[in-house]
Amino acid sequence: MIVQKRPMALIDLANPSRFLALVGRALPWLALATAIAFAIGIVLVLMAPDDYQQGATVKIMFVHVPAAWLASLIWVVMSIAALGTLVWRHPLADVAAKTAASIGAAFTFLCLFAGSMWGRPMWGTYWVWDARLTSVLVMFLMYLGLIALWQTVEDPTRAGRAAAILTLVGAINLPIIKFSVDWWNTLHQGTSVFRLDGPSIHPTILAPLLVMALAFTLLFVTLHLAAMRNEILRRRVRTLRLLQAHGA
Amino acid sequence: MALPAHAAFIIAAYGATIVVVIALIIWVIGDYREQKRVLAELDARGIGRKTG
Repeated sequence: MIVQKRPMALIDLANPSRFLALVGRALPWLALATAIAFAIGIVLVLMAPDDYQQGATVKIMFVHVPAAWLASLIWVVMSIAALGTLVWRHPLADVAAKTAASIGAAFTFLCLFAGSMWGRPMWGTYWVWDARLTSVLVMFLMYLGLIALWQTVEDPTRAGRAAAILTLVGAINLPIIKFSVDWWNTLHQGTSVFRLDGPSIHPTILAPLLVMALAFTLLFVTLHLAAMRNEILRRRVRTLRLLQAHGA
Repeated sequence: MALPAHAAFIIAAYGATIVVVIALIIWVIGDYREQKRVLAELDARGIGRKTG
């Protein structure tokens, strides 16, 4: 009998065992790619010139901006996962959403902390209640709310549905964060990379910024897949304990 | 070599980044080891099941 091999489809990943096998193969390569991207990024950061106005503090941008991008990107990932939970009922969707929340909270904290370390010497204050900073703080609090929700509801399926609804409600905040600097007068600077007329940053500073953004994104993908693997194992442990309890 | 102006703020930002990244890495590795340990323990007690 001839068995014809077909390419792996997205639906195949719905099988947790198949997903675990794929993650096991991908993780070492992703970790290596992340380390290489960070090594190149750090060299470029060290070689980057000081800004003519901000001096050496511009180097804070190389961690603040990638963390800020990831904070929003991770919420987008969670929103897609939320649709996967509510619409397609994909078995791995709420696993992806749950594990992304903790990583998203960490990067949002980093964005806020590095931002305030940049704000003090440049603006004269660690914090100001302007639209950009406040909307990012709201996102951080919503990340914490999601983590609390996951911890509170014991049944992962019920927790997944509730978290999916909260995630989609929270997605309203994403355009507010993005356009806050255009819609309101804020102390925070406007968009300087993704502009219709091209980036307003000099290439010597833009290059390390983009490499660091790539490194942070690879780090997120690596951590997220590893955390998803842990969550699948945790659910296996939970199922086995339930079986044990019912059998006793 | 003299430190740049506002060096403390730059060091604090990068220091926090290193701490957060290392904490995340320790969290995923530690959690993986813990889940594998518990699964092996359950398996040793005969409470395992066949999974792909």
